[in-house]
Amino acid sequence: MAELTFGRSPVDSQRRRPRASLPMPLLLGLLLPVLVTLIWETACRTGLVPPNLLPAPSAIFRTLYRLALTGDLQLHLAATIDRLGLGFVLGAAAGTVLGALTGASPLARQMLDPMIQGLRSVPSIAWVPLFILWLGIFEASKIVLIAVGVFFPVYLNLMIAISQVDRKLIEVGRVHRLGRWALVRRILLPASLPGYVTGLRSGLGLGWMFVIAAELMGASEGVGFLLIDGQQTGRPALVIGAILLFALLGKASDLLLARLGNSLLRWQDVAGEG
Amino acid sequence: MPSFVRISGLVKRFGADAPALGPVDLVLETGRISAVIGRSGTGKSTLLRLLAGLERPDCGQALLDGRPIRPEDVGVVFQEPRLMPWLDVAGNVGFGLHHLPRPERRDLVAEVLDVVGLAAHAGKLPKQLSGGMAQRVALARALAVRPRLLLLDEPFSALDPLTRLSMQDHLLELWRHYGPTVILISHDMDEALALADHIVVLDGSPGRVLAEFGPELPHPRRRTSPSFERWRHRLVDVLASSTDNQPNRRSVMEMRYAV
Repeated sequence: MAELTFGRSPVDSQRRRPRASLPMPLLLGLLLPVLVTLIWETACRTGLVPPNLLPAPSAIFRTLYRLALTGDLQLHLAATIDRLGLGFVLGAAAGTVLGALTGASPLARQMLDPMIQGLRSVPSIAWVPLFILWLGIFEASKIVLIAVGVFFPVYLNLMIAISQVDRKLIEVGRVHRLGRWALVRRILLPASLPGYVTGLRSGLGLGWMFVIAAELMGASEGVGFLLIDGQQTGRPALVIGAILLFALLGKASDLLLARLGNSLLRWQDVAGEG
Repeated sequence: MPSFVRISGLVKRFGADAPALGPVDLVLETGRISAVIGRSGTGKSTLLRLLAGLERPDCGQALLDGRPIRPEDVGVVFQEPRLMPWLDVAGNVGFGLHHLPRPERRDLVAEVLDVVGLAAHAGKLPKQLSGGMAQRVALARALAVRPRLLLLDEPFSALDPLTRLSMQDHLLELWRHYGPTVILISHDMDEALALADHIVVLDGSPGRVLAEFGPELPHPRRRTSPSFERWRHRLVDVLASSTDNQPNRRSVMEMRYAV
């Protein structure tokens, strides 16, 4: 009870800690990108690098800005985010259901897991021709491809997390006469939440990879289309701009998911936040 | 009319090996604190897990008032608190009350928290609790379901000596308040003597009842009193005489109970 002698409850200190320490890591994390941008810009302005291969950051920004003025940028962003969002939700949902099933039931694991793991070792791009044959070249095949990419990390992490829940907690459930479903809902799922969040985050990362793959294989809009367009029309500023957009979008979405995860996992007794 | 926990011919095997426990025959009067002591590996915890329904016996049975012990009769506290880390103190204490409507559950939890003296900590998470407090929460969780049989598996052995003493006092208060039949597994002779009116010594491999004692010392029991000392010596003698060269000997050295 030593924490009481400090005059403030540990709940307060817990809430205060991340807020107080937030600006410093943020600044540290921004230091390198800002520095690189400055050096890059100077190198371009002084003619150290040829601008037709590596345009200056200001030129890239101008290209994106002009695209935004016509409303095209928003269109491309929305197309990519829609695809990823839908694919992520579908893949994560399937991964959650099957991961929970195989994690909680040894019988289901013995029946389903070998097949799922077998499918997992197929490089996901190999599905592209099949999905195009089945679903056409338009949205459906893209979204299914993204969903496949998201599915496996979610499935695998959830299954492992559930099957590794501390037997001692499960015994508490048995002492309290929890049925099978109550055990899953009240012990297995909350206890496996940390692994599940990890799975969702790696699923989202793979989702970004597959959204580009899907858009490279043929699209008339989306950030991946900007890449192809920039390549075919010889505009490196557009290509690099699209790459930067992916970096920003990927980081922002992961941050969002990490925040969400951390707010759900505040109970964890761990050293730091991921 | 007195009622009993009757354990008869209880045997537990793990795999195809020789039994880990038993056969064990015991009669424990309800409403009392009984302690089961013995060295490590004599099946104390196995006995408790059988009574808790966490293991199935290979032979024999345990009856409470002539009926098999039902899961709803039992509250268990393990050596570790085993709290759900994602639930706050109130959530953990109410863990076994989910069949009740919310207001009723809330009232019961508030009452138990009050009795164990944790009302001010209801909103804390397990990671914010000291070891002693966490174990009090575990005790409250077990008592919240109002068990007829409170099974304690070395509940205080992981705590520091001073916390352990205060937890023992605390357990006595709770026992007087709720009046369950308590079966306490311990390897601490002082703990058994301070709390129990019936002490069972398990020994050997497979574990069997080596001796039973009824040290009806008056409460509060001072550990420095001459009678306490005498009982401690007796227990030491019994445990020391249970040498490994006669592991399966069963000699009930003293029976104070006219059952």
